[in-house]
Amino acid sequence: MTTLIDILSWVLLTLGGLSVLIGGIGALRMPDLYTRMHAASVTDSIGAILVLGGVMLQAGFSLATIKLIAVLLFLLLTSPTSSNALASAALLAGTRPLEEQAQDDEAQK
Amino acid sequence: MIVIFGVFLLTLLVITAIAIVRTDNLFVAVMLMGIASLLIAGNFFLLDAADVALTEAAVGAGISTVLFLSALALTSERERAKSSNKVLSLTVVAAAALILIYATFDKPRFGDPQAPVQTHVAPWYLEKTPEYIDIPNVVTAVLGSFRGYDTLGEVFVVFTAGIGVLFLLGSGVPLGSLPREKINEGLRHHLIPRVVGRVLIPFILLFGLYVQFHGEYGPGGGFQAGAIIAAAIILFALLEGERRALSVLPERVLLGLMAFGPLLYGAVGVAGIVLGGNFLDYSVLSSDPVKGQQLGILLIEAGVGVTVTGVLLGIFHAFAARGR
Repeated sequence: MTTLIDILSWVLLTLGGLSVLIGGIGALRMPDLYTRMHAASVTDSIGAILVLGGVMLQAGFSLATIKLIAVLLFLLLTSPTSSNALASAALLAGTRPLEEQAQDDEAQK
Repeated sequence: MIVIFGVFLLTLLVITAIAIVRTDNLFVAVMLMGIASLLIAGNFFLLDAADVALTEAAVGAGISTVLFLSALALTSERERAKSSNKVLSLTVVAAAALILIYATFDKPRFGDPQAPVQTHVAPWYLEKTPEYIDIPNVVTAVLGSFRGYDTLGEVFVVFTAGIGVLFLLGSGVPLGSLPREKINEGLRHHLIPRVVGRVLIPFILLFGLYVQFHGEYGPGGGFQAGAIIAAAIILFALLEGERRALSVLPERVLLGLMAFGPLLYGAVGVAGIVLGGNFLDYSVLSSDPVKGQQLGILLIEAGVGVTVTGVLLGIFHAFAARGR
């Protein structure tokens, strides 16, 4: 049973680490702010769920798991909100998505 | 394993520090300083200094970033072009770095049980805390009781810093005399941050109180709790506008909170004298010396928390008022 839980948490942690890595690469490689945010959100959402899930399996039924659930709930509430705030702030400041910018340039020609 | 993590975090810290020096965009520099604080907090945590890590994360990465940003709102985003003598400053920095590196050769090895810090008073604190104070967190016992004078000094430093900043910045134009459209109404028209923020603020306050009153059992205490509670109220001010934040906690109340902490701390100390002990000797506060110690620590931690909250909020509002 413990081996099974260890394997499961190992799989979750590895997948979580992988998605954080993908998010990081995406945030560096994507062309404009909005697509970069899209890539970085992989880190906050699925990365956090997988890593914290893996750690929860290691902690078992204890106070630590309840704290981890609280951390997860906090992250799931705040990271989409901050993404939303960042995107709307960028839009207000006049940063336009790349696609739209290209279309506008096309129209001007 | 821990050494590898530590070296990794410290390497990232050096990279961040170089990036802070190299950038001329102040906004980027503020964000990088937050990252640097978080990295050093992680490093403190690796070294089992959970209390210091919590302080660094709450104050360094949290509140200072907010205060830097509100200061940045008053100035331009770009650093002004430097005309100073680069060779001279490089020489000074290099000389200081060489001296510091030379000094590290005399330092004890990492985790050395024979290091002076482990053999001086630390064993006495570890041994006597259960007997004299009977709380699990020795850091709180040292900070609150054994080294109570130092913490009293720190509270006065925070208090003086708050007064100094308020004198420098002034309180700005009073809110009441401004036309309505000139007052920053926060993010009222942005539904999502506002709704989520409203849900979160009570929980942040609750967490702050937990950190405040759980400091005798786990990492925490007045300094951290004050920063967390101030963060919750600053979030409220950002979401609902400064006017509503100030109607909850007016400036006069904030000034009172600032002064309340040192007063309470000092009063606990004087109470020790009145009841027949020494200044800041909590043992006489109750018939049972151990209970008296616990009561004294609880009171002075409350004083610390109130002062830190008041000072941080006062500085925040002073920066915000300066922008009008």
